[in-house]
Amino acid sequence: MIAPLVEVTGLTVDFERDGRSSRAVDGVDLAIAPGEALGLVGESGSGKSVTWLAALGLLPARARVRGSVRIDKQQLIGAAPKVLEGVRGKRIAMIFQDPSSCLNPVHRIGWQLVEALKLHRGLDGAAAESATLRLLDQVGIADAKRRLGDYPHQLSGGLNQRVMIAMALAGEPDLLIADEPTTALDATIQAQILALLASIRRDTGMALVLISHDLGVVAENVNRVAVMYAGRLVEEAMGQDLFGAARHPYTQGLLAALPTLTGPRRRLAAIPGTVPEPGKAPLGCAFAPRCPLAEPRCQSEPPPVRHVGLMHRAACHLQIDIGVSAWSLPRAAE
Amino acid sequence: MTLLEATNLRRHYQVRAGRGPFGAKAVLRAVDGVSLSLKPGRTLGLVGESGCGKSTTGKLALGFIPPTAGTVRYRGTDMPPAGTPAWRALRPRMQMVYQDPLGALDRRLPVGVQIMEPLAIHGAKSPAKQRDRAAGVMAAVGLQMHQFDRYPHELSGGQRQRVVLARALMTEPDLLVCDEPISALDVSIQAQVVNLLLDLQDQMGIAYLFISHDLKVVRQVSHEVAVMYLGRIVEQGEAEDLFARPLHPYTRALVSAIPVLGPRRERLLLQGDPPNPVDVPSGCAFHTRCPFATAACRAEAPALRTLPDGRQVACHRVEEPALQVAA
Repeated sequence: MIAPLVEVTGLTVDFERDGRSSRAVDGVDLAIAPGEALGLVGESGSGKSVTWLAALGLLPARARVRGSVRIDKQQLIGAAPKVLEGVRGKRIAMIFQDPSSCLNPVHRIGWQLVEALKLHRGLDGAAAESATLRLLDQVGIADAKRRLGDYPHQLSGGLNQRVMIAMALAGEPDLLIADEPTTALDATIQAQILALLASIRRDTGMALVLISHDLGVVAENVNRVAVMYAGRLVEEAMGQDLFGAARHPYTQGLLAALPTLTGPRRRLAAIPGTVPEPGKAPLGCAFAPRCPLAEPRCQSEPPPVRHVGLMHRAACHLQIDIGVSAWSLPRAAE
Repeated sequence: MTLLEATNLRRHYQVRAGRGPFGAKAVLRAVDGVSLSLKPGRTLGLVGESGCGKSTTGKLALGFIPPTAGTVRYRGTDMPPAGTPAWRALRPRMQMVYQDPLGALDRRLPVGVQIMEPLAIHGAKSPAKQRDRAAGVMAAVGLQMHQFDRYPHELSGGQRQRVVLARALMTEPDLLVCDEPISALDVSIQAQVVNLLLDLQDQMGIAYLFISHDLKVVRQVSHEVAVMYLGRIVEQGEAEDLFARPLHPYTRALVSAIPVLGPRRERLLLQGDPPNPVDVPSGCAFHTRCPFATAACRAEAPALRTLPDGRQVACHRVEEPALQVAA
C-alpha cells in the first residue's frame, strides 16, 4: 500500500462531565491513502463524527483526546494552534450536514468565500473575486456573479451545500471530510451533490472521507468502508467485500436490516435491542448484548482486530466463515 | 368497502411573496387536487420531496385542517367539521403518528400515563380498565410493563416511538396516518419499527396512510404508493410494480436517485431545485426539470389518468415510444 496521507492510530476520546467520563471514541485505527475515498458508517453515537472533530482539534475543552493523528508525518493531536490552523481548511477541510447553519446568515456568500480564500491562499481584491467565481463554477452554481451577492437564506439547501463545498475547496485541501453532507437534502438533490463530489475528486485527486448512516450512499461513492459501533471500529474492507461478504455480526445485521428497492419484499431482519448509551459500553465487545452468537468471552474481553481477508479487518472473537451470516445460524434468535 | 376516500382535496394558503410583510399577496398551493382512497387493513404510501404537500395531505385526511376545497369521506359519510362533537366522536377511529417521538410526548409525564390518556378522553374512565388496556397495547408494541412509570427521556428513540404507537392504538383505531414515523431512528431500530407496524396491521387490521421520503421503507410497508410533486399526485400504483417500472419522469428520477447497495444503475439526474410552491410553473409543474418536456407540457397540466394496466400517471407523453427508449 502507498504511504498513507492521513494515519489515525489508537485514537481515544473521553468526554468529562460532572466528574464522570464517558468514552466516545475507543482506540480507532484508520489510514487514508492520497486520493482515496473512504466511507465511515455507523449509527448515531458511534463516534464517526467525533473521530474527525478530534483529529482537527475541534472538540470542546472537556474532551480528552489521546492517540495519534498524522498527516504526512505531522502530528495533530496536541499540536500547537498555529500548526492546526495550517492544516484546517488547507490540508483537511470538513463539511457538515446542515449547510445553512454553517454559513454566516448575516454575510453575503461572496464575502464568506473571499474570507476563506484570504485565509487559506492569501488572495485579495480582483484575484480573490475571480477565484471565487471559479469556485462557484466548479461546484456547478450557474449565474455565479449574481449569486455572490446573495445571503444564505436566499439559497436552497442544495445550493447552500454547494457553497459549503466551494468554501471547503478554497484551501485546495488534500482531504475532504464530508459529515453526512446530503442527509438534510431531498433525494434528487442528494444525487446532484454526490455526483458533484465525485467529479471534483476526479478533477483534483482530493481524498474523501464520507461519513454517513446511509449504506447506499456509501456503497455508491467510496472505494473502502469502515464500520463503527459504540466508538470502536468493528470492520473495515473494500466496498464490494464489505457489502458482499461482511464478516462482523453487526455489519451483517445492518445490511440485513435494510429494505431494498428491487426484488421480492421479505421481512427485515431487525437487530434486537439498542445501541449502548455513551459511556456505558460493555467491558468486552460493545455489540455482545445484541449479538446472536455472543459467547462468555465476548462479554468480558474486547475482541482483537483481525485480518480476515485482503485489506479486510474485523473486530470479532468468532471468526465467521465467508458467506455465513451470524443472523442465519441456528442460535440466532429474533 | 372504502375506509377513507378523499376527493379533489385542495389546501391553499395566503402568503406574502417576496420578503417581509409588504410583499405582494400570493397563494401557496400546498395541496392542489389530491384524490385518494384507502381500504381497511391496507397501506397507502405517500412519497415525495420536502414541500410536495404529503404531510398536509395527511392532516387533511384526518380533518386536522379544513380543506380549501374537496371532500373527505370516512366509511361513506362526510368528515364532520373539525371541533364538532361528531368529529370528536370519530377521533378514536383515526390517529396520527409523527416523526419525532420526543416532540410528540410530554416530557414531564410518565409514559404509562400518556399511553392511557386517549382512553381517559374517549373511552373507559375507570383507571383499572385503562391500565389493563395499556398493558395490552404495551405488550403488543414490544414494551415491558416496568417501562410504564418511565419518563420519555429515560427511553431510547425506538422505545419512544413504540410509546407513541401504543398511545395511538389505545382506542383501537382502524386508520393510522404515519408521518415519517421512522425517519428519526437509526437503521437497526428502523427495521424493528417497520416489522412492528406490519405485525400490528396483520393482527389488528389497521389501515395506514404512510408518509415518508424514504422510498425503500415505503416500498417495504405499502400495498399501493402515490408519488407527489408540488401538491399533486403524479403517479400511483402497486408498490413493487411502481418502483420496478416507474413511468412518470419524476418518479423515474426519484427512484434512480436512491443510492443502492447493488450494482450501480443508470441515473436520471435532474437539473436544479424543485420550484417554489408559491410560484408553480404553468402546465405540468414538473416541466422545468423534466428532460422530456415539450411545448404542450408547458401549456397544459396533465390530468392523472389510468392506464390499461391500472397504473395512474399524470404525464402527457407517458405512452410515447420516445420515453420508453430513453428509459
